[in-house]
Order: sequence, then structure tokens, then C-alpha cells
Amino acid sequence: MPMQRPERTAMLADPLAEPRGKDGRAPDVFRPGGWVPMRQYRESEPVDFLIVGTGAGGGTLACRLAEAGFSVVGLDAGPWFRPLDDFASDEAEQSKLYWTDDRISTGANPLQLGSNNSGKAVGGSTVHFAMVSLRFRPEWFRARTLLGYGADWPIDWREMWSYYAEVEQALKIAGPISYPWGPKRPRYPYRAHELNAAALALAEGCEKLGVAWSETPLATLSAPRGLAHPCVYRGFCVTGCSTNAKQSALVTWIPHAVAAGAELRDLSMAGRIEVDAAGRAVGVHYFREDAWHFQQARNVVVAGYAIETPRLLLNSTTDRYPDGLANSSGLVGRYLTVQANQAAWGLSKREIRSYKGPPSLALTEHWNYDDRKDFFGGYCYMSQGPLPQLWANTLATARGLWGAPLMEAMENYNHQVGLKIVGEMMPQANNRVTLADDKDQYGLPIARVEYAWCDNDRRLIDHALDFMTQALQAIDASDIWQQTDDTCHINGTARMGIDPRTSVVDADCRSWDIPNLWICDGSVFPTVGGVNPSLTIQAIACRTANRIRALAARGELERRAHV
Amino acid sequence: MPDRYPGYDVLAKRHTPSWNEQTRRVIDRRLAVPRTPRFLSDHEFATVQAIAAEVVPQPVHRPPVPVAALIDAKLLDDIQDGFRAADMPRQRTAWLRGLQALDAEAQAAHGAAFRALTAERRCDLLLQMKQGALKHDSWGGMSPVNFFKQRLLHDIVEAYWSHPTAWNEIGWGGPASPRGYVRMGYDERDPWEAAEAHGDADAASRKNRHVG
Repeated sequence: MPMQRPERTAMLADPLAEPRGKDGRAPDVFRPGGWVPMRQYRESEPVDFLIVGTGAGGGTLACRLAEAGFSVVGLDAGPWFRPLDDFASDEAEQSKLYWTDDRISTGANPLQLGSNNSGKAVGGSTVHFAMVSLRFRPEWFRARTLLGYGADWPIDWREMWSYYAEVEQALKIAGPISYPWGPKRPRYPYRAHELNAAALALAEGCEKLGVAWSETPLATLSAPRGLAHPCVYRGFCVTGCSTNAKQSALVTWIPHAVAAGAELRDLSMAGRIEVDAAGRAVGVHYFREDAWHFQQARNVVVAGYAIETPRLLLNSTTDRYPDGLANSSGLVGRYLTVQANQAAWGLSKREIRSYKGPPSLALTEHWNYDDRKDFFGGYCYMSQGPLPQLWANTLATARGLWGAPLMEAMENYNHQVGLKIVGEMMPQANNRVTLADDKDQYGLPIARVEYAWCDNDRRLIDHALDFMTQALQAIDASDIWQQTDDTCHINGTARMGIDPRTSVVDADCRSWDIPNLWICDGSVFPTVGGVNPSLTIQAIACRTANRIRALAARGELERRAHV
Repeated sequence: MPDRYPGYDVLAKRHTPSWNEQTRRVIDRRLAVPRTPRFLSDHEFATVQAIAAEVVPQPVHRPPVPVAALIDAKLLDDIQDGFRAADMPRQRTAWLRGLQALDAEAQAAHGAAFRALTAERRCDLLLQMKQGALKHDSWGGMSPVNFFKQRLLHDIVEAYWSHPTAWNEIGWGGPASPRGYVRMGYDERDPWEAAEAHGDADAASRKNRHVG
């Protein structure tokens, strides 16, 4: 056989089997089969920042730190996809985007993990997120003081407001000119998308009930941007965008990070953070290409999202830190806080065909801003567009249909209309991530995730289901039923705060216990609010990068200044 | 039941801009899934077929969606869901134990293997499983209720609606890359989408001949 390998073979090589970010190059996500040069760092030379995880937190931070001139290496357990080559237009195939490694889910209200809340790819779960890009209500940053529940964030909302604007520009969020809720904000960078029938139904219901609605600010292009085309309304958003319209970390922060000199290593599973005798982080052991490696670093950032982040910290015990790293407060893994994701579904006489377009083109945040309720926290609700596998599974496992009733219900697919909340659940110390006895394919103890709703959670859910049911009745939907058991997003297992006894990191995402160990993802959220978290995670990452620059300039990266 | 989308065949779009090369590859592989078991034994495979016949009953006038073959392929590849209840083993073990337990229940109640039972008795056993009424020792600590919901129902339903035949029946547009959709409002249909009969099967059928 000739030794020459045709280019096409290389292009179609399986990104789940062979790493692509190596030998001084990285996949070009904008060109089929393309490559871009990538800087390479030696494992034996400490880099300024070693970041574990490349999603909304880690990907954003890697970009901003590399742009600031720091040497950066990022590790991701998942593959480095080129969407144009690797993404099929198919639900089943695209489950390759999810974190499907073994995890145990338990408690009074066990979470469903994997598909809608955990990604395993360069770009993390932003590769399959629904692109909903919302700001927190300002009061949520002082929820304890102003609203009487949860905990205060150590960051002022006005500061966050400028970081939100920064992220919205970076992702060219498509949204309305004026947003109906909260303090003034700049108009969204790109114009809002056209509404599909599912979104029109939401709007109609809101108008009948007398509450405001809006086009959803979305991280998918409504105008060309560089080599990416505008969204073509395929409707496969939550199984990965094959045309690059979706502004995931994979096609935004990460190409910029690489261009700015960061090195990202795909198919690299972090197993343990190494700490020296002085109690400082010195690097990370990671598994790649059938072998364990060790990358040295001056600073380690954990950005694995609210299950893998505490898992890595808890898997990195030493004699000095027998309960895991950054855990003197005992709070690593605690206060896991998800969001309620209940829905009301019904049938319209009209054809809805909600599979077309982004699934959540319209929303109402009315109940995030109206405090005349019998529970703490709030929720928004959005229009829905489940694809057939997800919809069939919903009818089977949530509505309890099988046999002929299931087949008949599925025939109404094109007439289904649905409203689904993202609702604020209360932080509770006993909702937590711990380690199980079972091991994963790397030989690492797997996560055990325990979750139970509290009374307030149930009151919020009841309120939302009741209101959404009214909204469906108002538009004459028939056969209305309630999906009562779903949740989404995972946050809060390494919360930030002002007191080392009651938090894991400070406002700069720096761990209280180990000055060169940082945590930058949804784990740091003290409360979760009633909106999707991705915009806030990216805003926090931008803020953290700025703070790190400031601390470095003052010589305070090496050790924490005395307060 | 009359055809809701008469004459609609999503595969007619295979060579249109709605399907790219990687999608064709994936769907071709699924359509060609081997019809004989590779992970399960012949008996286990036939038992899955018998269960699927109750969960997703198929019309006789067309080739069936090979549900058992798709589940066998899933078990062979061993792609997990990303979570399991504390009383649930990993999926391969769960399926093997669940099938064995179902046979043990069938033997205890009716003196025959599950697949040898009448449809009525199969259905009744599945209903008991769903309701938590099955208690045979061969469940080995695995919750029959969780097995029903998280493995049996979940895997069968996902297998069935991963198949183009199932997409035809519900009038879904199917793969849509690079071409997505243009007409998104109420009662709006792109010419490459399924037309619903709405009482005029002939008119819908004519439109459905041209989705490709």
C-alpha cells in the first residue's frame, strides 16, 4: 500500500477516538477538514493557567486569559468537533455531545442527567444548549438581603450588567430592541429572529392573560458573521448546530483562545489535581491516548460544571486535605441547585410544527419580576420544540403512555404546543454531589448526585403549572396535560461568597483555601435565579479574567493580599 | 387508522439539500442494522420483540421498524444515558436481568416464557411491572418500576422514533441540514414538508409526492 494518506481520510477520522488538538494544530471549526496552527506547551514547564473544562466557564476564561498574555492550557474530556463535518441531522447520533459516563442519581427527586444538562465536548454543554441568553434580575445578586431567601452574591449587579453587555456583544445575541423587564440595557447586537407558530402561541396566551412577552434573546445568528451563516431554522439546536449559526463556545471563545496562543487538549480527562507540600496546586494528572500525563501549572482552574468540578476536587484528596481540595468549609459538592423545568402541553387545531426554528423563540419573564406570589424566587417560561425521540420519551415516561395510546398521541406531533419553565429552586445544603464506590472507565470514583425538592420548590412548580395551563386554555388548546417532574441546569456546588466558612471561592472565583486554585463555572452560583445560566457563567468568566489581570498587575496572584 | 400524511416518505428527501453526507451515512447505517442479535441471545432478542410489540404496536401493512435490532445495537455499542438510579445496574446488566426476571414472572404466573404468552397476558405483566407489583427474586434488587420506565420504555421508544418509518407516520420533516425551513407560522408548510390529509387524502398525497 502507498504510504500517502488521502486528506479525506484525515478529515473523516473519528474525533471521539483520536484527539485533534495536538502536534501544533487544532481543527478549524469553520472549514470542512480544516486546521489552524495552535501553540504547544511542554508538560514539564509550568503554564500560567491550566484550565480543566472548556465550556461556558473554561472556554471563555481561556480566551480572555490568553488575550491578556498569560500562557494557557485547557483540558477537555470530550472530542473537538468540526460541526460542518461531524454533526449529523439526527437526534440519536448527536447524543455523542452528551456526558454519558456513569453517574448515580438518587434522593427524593432524583435528577435526570446526561442529555439536557451535561456536555462532553470542547465547548462543553454550550455545543447543545438552547441558546437562551438572559440576564439575572438585579435583586437576585442580593437575594438574601432584598428578597429574603438563599444567599447574597459577593458581586454587585451593576458590575455584572457591564459584563453581560460584553458577552452579548461577543456572541452577537439576536434579541429585541427593548426588553420588557429589568433595568435598561443596550439593544441586542443582532435583530430578533422571526417567531415560529409555537412562539406565536406563547405570545397569544400572554396577551390573553395580560402579561408581557418578548422575543427570546438567543445566541444564534440572525445575520452573517465571518464564515458563519445566519440560522436556517433547522430546529436541531439542542442536538448540535451543523451550520455554525449557534454561538457556542466551540465557535466563539475557543477559536479566539487558540488564535491568542492558548493550547487546548481534547479527549483529556482530568483525574487529580496535584498539590505540593506547601499546599499549593502544581498541576493536573490527566488521561489522554491510553496514558496518564501530568501538566505543570502556576494556577489551576476547575471549570467542569457543577458535577465534574466537585468530583475532581473530591478525587484530589491528600494528607493535608483529606476531605478534598478547597473544602475547609465542607461545602464542596453541597448546595447543588438545579432549575425547575416543568411544562404544560396541549393540542392546537392549527398546525404548529414546532420542530422548525430554535425551540424557544418567545418567552415571558413576568413571574421573575412580579413578587405577588406565595413562594420565593421566580420563573420564566418559553415556547418549546421537542424533536420526535424526545417527544415520544416525554409522552412515555412523563405522561405514562404506551401501546396504542402512545402511537395515537404521537400522530398529533405537528399540533402539539407547549410551554416550559426555567424556575428557580432553592439552594439546600443536602442537595449534593459526593463520590460513589463505583469507578468509571478511567478508574476514577463516579459522582453520586442527591436531590430533593423543598416546599418552596413545589409551590413555585404548582404556580407555574397552573399559570401555563391557563395560558394554553386561553388559546383554546385541547387535551392539556402537565409534565411535573423535569429539571434543567446544574449549579452551586462550590459557591462564592465573602466568608471562607460559608463559601468555597471569593468573588474572583479564587478558592479560599488554595490561592492558586480557581473555580470558574456554574458551580460558583450561590443562587440560580429563574433564567438559563449560560450568559451569567460567561459574564462571571469575563469578570474573573479581568480580576486576574488586576491581581497579577499588583503582584497578588502568588499570594492573597491580607484583608 | 387512515394515514395522516398519505404517501409521505422522508427518505424521498435523501438527495435534496435537507440531507448532507454525514446524515446520509448515519441513516444508512441505521436502516441497515443487522436483523439478528449480536449482543443478546436469540431468546432474549425474541423477548425484546415481544415486549416492543406491546409498547409500540406496529401496523401490518408495512415493513416493521426493527426495534429489537436497534436495542441490540445500542447494547453492543454500550452508550449509556449519563445517569442511573442507585438501585439500577448499568444498562447491559439491567436489560439482561430484566429480561430474565420477566421470564421468571411469566413462568411463575402462567408456566411459560414471556414471549410464549398471549398478548393480553404480556400486557398485564408489563402493567404490573410499571405499577411495582412484580416481586420475583430474579429482579436481584433492581427496581422493576425503574427498569420499566428508565430502560424498557425509554430504550424502546427512542429506538422506534429513531427510524424514518416512524417519522413518516407523524409527519416530521426529518433531517434538515444544510437546508432548514423558511415558513414557520401557523398552518405554514414548506414544500419539502409532509402535507396532512385534513380530509383530502388525494390532495395531500399529491403534495407528498413532491417533498423530494
